[in-house]
Amino acid sequence: MKYLHDIGQYFIMLKDVFRRMTKASVLRQLIFKEIDDLIINSMGIIIFISFFLGAVVTIQTALNLNNPLIPKSLIAFTARQSIILEFSPTFISIIMAGKVGSYITSSIGTMRVTEQIDALEVMGINSTNYLVFPKIIALLLYPFVIAISMFLGILGAYMAGVFGGFIASDQFLSGLQEDFIPYHLAYAFIKSFFFALILATVPSYHGYYMKGGALEVGQASTTSFVWTSVMLIIVNYILTQLLLS
Amino acid sequence: MIKVEDLHKGFNGEEILKGITTEFYQGKTNLIIGQSGSGKTVFMKCLLGLFSPEQGTIKYNDVDYSTLNAEEKRDLRKKMGMVFQGSALFDSMTIAENVMFPLRMFTKLKKEEMMERVNKVLKRVNLKNVNHKYPSEISGGMQKRVAIARAIVNEPKFLFCDEPNSGLDPKSAMIIDNLIQEITHENNITTVINTHDMNSVLEIGENIIFLQKGNLAWQGNNNEIFKTENEAVTNFVYSSDLFKKVREAQLKGL
Repeated sequence: MKYLHDIGQYFIMLKDVFRRMTKASVLRQLIFKEIDDLIINSMGIIIFISFFLGAVVTIQTALNLNNPLIPKSLIAFTARQSIILEFSPTFISIIMAGKVGSYITSSIGTMRVTEQIDALEVMGINSTNYLVFPKIIALLLYPFVIAISMFLGILGAYMAGVFGGFIASDQFLSGLQEDFIPYHLAYAFIKSFFFALILATVPSYHGYYMKGGALEVGQASTTSFVWTSVMLIIVNYILTQLLLS
Repeated sequence: MIKVEDLHKGFNGEEILKGITTEFYQGKTNLIIGQSGSGKTVFMKCLLGLFSPEQGTIKYNDVDYSTLNAEEKRDLRKKMGMVFQGSALFDSMTIAENVMFPLRMFTKLKKEEMMERVNKVLKRVNLKNVNHKYPSEISGGMQKRVAIARAIVNEPKFLFCDEPNSGLDPKSAMIIDNLIQEITHENNITTVINTHDMNSVLEIGENIIFLQKGNLAWQGNNNEIFKTENEAVTNFVYSSDLFKKVREAQLKGL
């Protein structure tokens, strides 16, 4: 019953987010602040993880392709497909659930326990719109983040493959372009868009409806990370079934 | 003025407010007092429109809140200022931004005009050189004063304070009490203070509403409270030896 209650409350919150919009000039500032907090401040970890993830995928693929009949270009092909289809959109999103999700839950949760959300409501401000809407808009930039992650993943794959002596540069570039299906990019970006909505709203829900004090803020952040990850995995499966099957 | 008639409110089948009828006067500091669990906070939240009563009416300057549509309720809320127990200042904003917040949200004033208003109210609450500081960089007493400044910057008709001097030393508490009373008189606003601090009752209790188990047990002012024979009130007020002595002195006419 609790899960049904939570699901219902989550959708009621989503409906409230788009009601009674905050003054446009205030909202604009909030959106820029959220872009800075959620997107710009996450770029360092995304760049780092994407680059090394691409490198590791390449090394592992190269070490497992021992058969001389299999062309070396398959290393680049495999790295490209893994990075575009799964590693960049899904793996990075789970990392973001930890970084951005915890930040969102703890910041909104702290506002809840220190009565800052009550202060907004008393003033006649729609607190869900004020707090959650700018996060949703900021995370609409998330597919661009994933595009950067893809590029850096493939760059990492190239450098590990070529400078590690696993594959020649021309073989890598040829494998990279082999059987390229542009729709796979569209699939990855559609996934990223849905993941962005989950990253903005599920942690917000856990922060907004939390009860208690400082300890509960920490617990809510952990719960939020677990549920955001679960939602990402489920939505990933559903979208893959719908878009690729 | 706020008029409350036969107000009932409960949660999960338990009745918290059991038919309260009372008035909060304009230009006076109206105090809601009572023991923990007496329904003070629920009553305050009903007055703020955060809880909908199950029965009864609340009228703000003769306007019945329950008859207003959503837009009118929002407009009425803009005429309310609130000082929270923990100040509830926005951590991510400076003091000036906190005080300016209601103006940014609800007025079309230019930034210079807003700053002028902010400086005026900060001066009124005796705060200087704090504009660029963050709430975490000032003391609890100063935070309360900023909260009062934020509550009055948009010139409200109704001011609500939830235990405004809790967590403060006696001197700071008295300063905050007196500040709220002065602002109430100067601006002729209806101020409602939720407290269980007997010093506040003695100092600024111009209209005291005593709640007991969700009922209005007694109403009067700070002179009358020491003369009342109401057992519930005397049990609450004279739990401290100091106030027992004050009562004895009052009764002796000292």
